[in-house]
Amino acid sequence: MTEIFGVPIQALFGQLMLGLVNGSFYAMLSLGLAVIFGMLNIINFAHGALYMAGAMFAWMGMEYLGIGYWWMLLLAPIGVGLVGIVIERLMLQWLYKLDHLYGLLLTFGLALIIEGFFRDLYGVAGQPYSIPEEFAGAFNLGFMFLPKYRAWVVVASLTVCLLTWYLIERTRLGAYLRAATENPKLTQAFGINVPLMVMLTYGFGVGLAGFAGVLAAPASQVGPLMGSNLIIVVFAVVVIGGMGSILGSVVTGLGLGIIEGMTKVFWPEASATVVFMIMAVVLMIRPAGLFGREK
Amino acid sequence: MSATEYLRVSDLHAFYGESHVLHGMDFTVRRGECISLLGRNGAGRTTTLRAILGLTGRRTGSIMLNGREVINMATHRIAQLGVGYCPEERGIYASLSCEENLLLPPQVGSGGLSLDEIYDMFPNLRERRNSQGTRLSGGEQQMLAMARVLRTGARLLLLDEISEGLAPVIVQKLGEVIRKLKERDYTIVLVEQNFRFAAPLADRMFIVEHGQVMAEIAQGEMAEKQGLLQEYLGV
Repeated sequence: MTEIFGVPIQALFGQLMLGLVNGSFYAMLSLGLAVIFGMLNIINFAHGALYMAGAMFAWMGMEYLGIGYWWMLLLAPIGVGLVGIVIERLMLQWLYKLDHLYGLLLTFGLALIIEGFFRDLYGVAGQPYSIPEEFAGAFNLGFMFLPKYRAWVVVASLTVCLLTWYLIERTRLGAYLRAATENPKLTQAFGINVPLMVMLTYGFGVGLAGFAGVLAAPASQVGPLMGSNLIIVVFAVVVIGGMGSILGSVVTGLGLGIIEGMTKVFWPEASATVVFMIMAVVLMIRPAGLFGREK
Repeated sequence: MSATEYLRVSDLHAFYGESHVLHGMDFTVRRGECISLLGRNGAGRTTTLRAILGLTGRRTGSIMLNGREVINMATHRIAQLGVGYCPEERGIYASLSCEENLLLPPQVGSGGLSLDEIYDMFPNLRERRNSQGTRLSGGEQQMLAMARVLRTGARLLLLDEISEGLAPVIVQKLGEVIRKLKERDYTIVLVEQNFRFAAPLADRMFIVEHGQVMAEIAQGEMAEKQGLLQEYLGV
């Protein structure tokens, strides 16, 4: 069998693929966090819990209503987005003028409540969710087997990230969004309904988390704690990439996923901490993050 | 007379947090008229424009815009009634290109200038259309801030210190633009420090001090009220 640096090539590519899959989740989640932070000035600690809610919605849709994966890929993010809109209207909108800390505390509390809610209903054990039949099996690429579902996760999340980037950087709605992020009062003085845009931005940002949750459902166990396990790494990704940069969060998310995967091959003991080591180094050299602008 | 009244501000008080900035502003602007609010720094002229758009803190009193009370309306609703605002700090967005800045404000009425008309009026902006907004020179940024509200069909223009810090040739250019707008029946409120810029353009001038209107001077009375101007503005 071929080896690179003493590692079988199949293991290498397997981990590379796994890193890419993890990186796709990091990218989608940190993208949502970046969009929300830019517009609302809120560090959304509830992001992981809402990602979990997306996966739970997908499982519940199948379990109780018999709604399959493809419909839930559409419906669950909408459901999570609506939950987000309710949260924004009832609670977050009162915090924009206050220090970041208040938003962080509120959303952290919300995360615990949402997790507690699903824990109470279903316990901590994960629920199984099967891979849609279209993506069962694997491609044989000759040098490795590529599970079809993993390939789909990468393609779907990159597509969503690209569409989000296009929406924000290349459309009229996106220009409103950028303007409202930069100078909300003046933007409103031009006749743009900024409070409505803020509400929809939060709904969209957490909707992305919900979408990621549905994508994750067949790839891992669906359980109340799946969000909190992931969100700590995602926050490290956001710190490394720099808050508020769209392209930065996508590139950083994918990059760190790959680095993490490679670390598993070459230095398995460090794989759980490598992201945080990089975070420490980046914070020392560029405190605003790789793509962030110093204020 | 009152049939053609476009904006009536009466007994307007405005606050920023605890500080009481406007102490009962009273003035009217007729349709198609250009008035100027003159006064020293901190007299409350900028705050008056901001208060009309609901950008200050708490407000009391009355602001009638084309026959509608707007004092309790949300900022974007007031703007949608046809108000164009050019802020003192110009408010050019760094995250948008020159042309994106220009196209940002949504239509709020009919009869706005087309993009071509605007580029004919301000040829520099055509050349710089793809530059990042804040890479433009000060004069170009001011033209952009002006041009931005001409496209939307707004009939009432609130222009804050548009001549400030600009080269004489650009100030002259802006004066020509204001004259053209008057011919097109725009209603204009000019907040100005630069008396020589405002005097020939304004049909009436209001002298503002301590958040109140202290005196009104019509275009024809300038010579006889020279003493007032001297007293309040030192000109």
